[in-house]
Amino acid sequence: MIYNNLFYGLIIFFLIGAMLSIVFNKRDRLSTYVSFLSAAIASVFGIIFSISVIFGEPFSLSLSGSSFLNFGFFIDRLSAFFILVISISVFAVSIYSIGYTREYYGKKNIGYLGFLYNIFILSMILVVSANNAIMFLIVWELMSVISFFLVIFEHEKPETRKAGFIYIVMTHIGTGFIILSFLILGGASGSFSFESFSAYGSTMPPLLKDLAFLFALIGFGAKAGIVPLHIWLPYAHPAAPSNVSALMSGVMIKTAIYMFIRVFFDFLGADVPWWGFLVFALGAVSALTGIMYAVVEPDIKKMLAFSSIENIGIILLGIGASMIFFASGSPVLSAIAAIAALYHLLNHSIFKGLLFMGAGSILYSTHTKNIEELGGLIKKMPVMALLFLIGVLSISALPPFSGFASEWLLLQSMLLSFNSTDSMIRIVLPVGAAALALTGALAAFCFLKTFGIGFLALPRSEHAEHAKDPNKPMLIGMGIFALLSILLGLLPGYMVTFLDRIVRDFAGASAFDQPFSFGISGILKIPSTAMSISTPAILAIMLIFILILLSMRFIRDPSATRVYETWGCGQPISTARNEYTARAFSKPVQIWFKNIFRPVRELRASYTVSPLIKESFKFEVRVEQIFERYLYTPVVDLMLGKSRTIKHIQTGSIHAYLAYIFGTMVILMLYIIIGGSL
Amino acid sequence: MISQIIISFFQIIIILALSPLLSGIIKKIKAFFQIRKGASIFQPYYDIAKLLRKDSVVSENVSWIFHAAPVISFAAVLTAGLIVPVFISNMPFSFAGDLIAVVYLFALARFFTALASLDAGSSFGGMGGSREMFIASMVEPALMLSIFAVALNVGSTNLSQISQTVSAMGLSAVSPYHLLAFVAFLIIAIAETGRIPVDNPATHLELTMIHEAMILEYSGKQLAIVELGAMVKQLLVFSLLANIFFPWGIADSVGFGSIAIALIVFLIKIIVLGAIIAIIETSTAKWRLFRLPDLLSVSLMLSFLSLVSFIIVKGG
Repeated sequence: MIYNNLFYGLIIFFLIGAMLSIVFNKRDRLSTYVSFLSAAIASVFGIIFSISVIFGEPFSLSLSGSSFLNFGFFIDRLSAFFILVISISVFAVSIYSIGYTREYYGKKNIGYLGFLYNIFILSMILVVSANNAIMFLIVWELMSVISFFLVIFEHEKPETRKAGFIYIVMTHIGTGFIILSFLILGGASGSFSFESFSAYGSTMPPLLKDLAFLFALIGFGAKAGIVPLHIWLPYAHPAAPSNVSALMSGVMIKTAIYMFIRVFFDFLGADVPWWGFLVFALGAVSALTGIMYAVVEPDIKKMLAFSSIENIGIILLGIGASMIFFASGSPVLSAIAAIAALYHLLNHSIFKGLLFMGAGSILYSTHTKNIEELGGLIKKMPVMALLFLIGVLSISALPPFSGFASEWLLLQSMLLSFNSTDSMIRIVLPVGAAALALTGALAAFCFLKTFGIGFLALPRSEHAEHAKDPNKPMLIGMGIFALLSILLGLLPGYMVTFLDRIVRDFAGASAFDQPFSFGISGILKIPSTAMSISTPAILAIMLIFILILLSMRFIRDPSATRVYETWGCGQPISTARNEYTARAFSKPVQIWFKNIFRPVRELRASYTVSPLIKESFKFEVRVEQIFERYLYTPVVDLMLGKSRTIKHIQTGSIHAYLAYIFGTMVILMLYIIIGGSL
Repeated sequence: MISQIIISFFQIIIILALSPLLSGIIKKIKAFFQIRKGASIFQPYYDIAKLLRKDSVVSENVSWIFHAAPVISFAAVLTAGLIVPVFISNMPFSFAGDLIAVVYLFALARFFTALASLDAGSSFGGMGGSREMFIASMVEPALMLSIFAVALNVGSTNLSQISQTVSAMGLSAVSPYHLLAFVAFLIIAIAETGRIPVDNPATHLELTMIHEAMILEYSGKQLAIVELGAMVKQLLVFSLLANIFFPWGIADSVGFGSIAIALIVFLIKIIVLGAIIAIIETSTAKWRLFRLPDLLSVSLMLSFLSLVSFIIVKGG
């Protein structure tokens, strides 16, 4: 009963937030507080509800009793875990939003934003709770459409409208494939309830199973942003208001991961070996492609969107490894890989949310997203810089922060492949680990660049010169995430125990089963292979060393320090123009992967009278988005060409259209008559 | 408990004491091959002692990152020093991390040093930081594959476990995959320690420097920490090479006799490795930065071959 109340409370508070913010839409401040505070309260309900489901029993709620269309909710531990991830993010982001929306006071309709925000979150929670394909598709579309409206919130900018268009097209292509997949499952099981999907899905003929798998992979892959279906992400996430980007990148794309697990494991049984390899390969490709483009991207929010593609790739490496192990009959290994994937998913939702909120704070206070115009922010916005640094260290997988813990576990799960008897698995998984290592190193490169160029040294523009720490609610929102990034990094043992409860349901085994009984608490340990890690111990040892070093007076003697200008080979260079640029910093990587980036450089000079004296220079470098250029553009061109030929039947005369209708009717009637006789 | 703390303490002292010596020895051997007399093998100690006595000059543009970076990097490297087996194979702190953790601790040290390189606002620093991180990105996949190749043989990434198992196998551990993984790891070690042909530690031209460009703004006491940190890291990378691939002679348990022998054997091992490095440094020139992907793909391929040959030899 308490479950019911918590779940209703969750829904009601989101609805209250949505309605009241519309009611008070003329009063900016009031509608801000009403909408975001009620979202925060609702998320507290969500956190309590999901934790009690994870430690208790699955929860189901039926809305209508018809046997064919049994609308309702079914929340097992997996759904509850995703509700937990969403709720944690929503809590911090809502607090941040109270401060962030001040940017829009008097310019934008805050009531409208608050309404969309609450409905958007509610739709995400319903997506992971639905127990029926029809119900699911309705809330899935609701989520897509509302997020589209949030993307085009700043619709006065043309690039935002373009982003919205690409997003809505891609998301609907995805939905199309999802419907196909559900139709196959529905046809085989005779019902659209998820219960019957999981009962009959795995008994379908192999061809149908493969098709259902592929359609689901494409359909949900478009939402998750796996390569090559990722092209909307770098447009849509930067275009949305930063608090919404934090939720879109942090949690919305994760709903697709939820459905991957639900469809592949629960509905289809995940017993076909090549599925896992395909998912694993797509994960590796997405991770590498995402991070490569992130390295060379100067727009901070766009860079973060590319990095989301990378992290989805990392999560898919875990899911893929889990499927590979599952199909090869090693459920315990499968459970370990799945735990690593879910651990990284949770960590990513937190540090990516933190970084997007950081990017939002930069935008709020400097009005630019271009890293080349920033610099020196660590002195102008010290608190924000520290919080951002924690996010940077986490996403770069450096110990003892959260990204390290989950990537370590993921690497270990791949390493455990040597227990497998299948040579294919033993060769493919280490290669995936090498791809993951490259991804991690490039991520460190990318975020080092972002922090080093954006926050250190001297401001590169007027905007950065006048930056200051954002307001309290924004800092509190980011602070919650920063704290969680540290905690999740320090508690890997407890996190594995916790996630094991969720994974047990679909992987069919626990990571604590023989032969890999995990140790718990501060040390995460796999006794059978003597592999262990203890991030608290690493942190403690490091802190001891740091304290010893700082206490040695002959090492740190403030009186023996002289402040002078930066060394510039004897020239006075202390101006921002002499600083290294982000473009230059990422140049080695751009040259390394020049076959993929295909950089285009243009140098235009206008001359005065003499060709020796140049008046002005225009220099431009950009990298090619190869998937857009070689995959999407040909398809779009083809479709535009075809529609131009079809256009001729569109005469504009109503008589012609009536004739078309008549013709269609006649053909249909003939079809029925002939079909009836057959 | 007490004996474990004493061992850890002793290990840190040994690492700190030996790392400048290793640099000195490599320089001396290099000088020998170049038919020079060369500085004393104790020169790095004098250098550090001199730097510790000097005042620091700090750029006016820097933030707290610049001051914190040497300390954090040094602490990260020392933490790795408690996990890497040097003279004893069952390390008291081996529970805190494995080979992968050591790699990530080095990455943490590198990250802060590279961050500090951008703090002063000089182009040299940025150039050095960018190149250092670039090389690190190329090293990482090769390193991970070679870790897998090593771990496959032993069944663990725990360094104590690796040393003990290989040590117990005796000479039967030497096999094609073992040697392939060793060569792969040696190339990585050259890149990680910033040696020729990847980086020239003795250069004095800003444009050709990588590690040196990164720490260009440091002076005095802070430079002493940074330099010592680099030397400690070099010693640890060499210890990894020695004690993963040739751990014979390492002490299995606490005892004066075995530890004394282990220390002498360890010293011989790193001198041999230092001589190999010195020969490579004298016989090759520094490579162009954009030829380095070739070198590191060789390492990647060797690791992969090691992995595949292990699976072939030991059966699927």
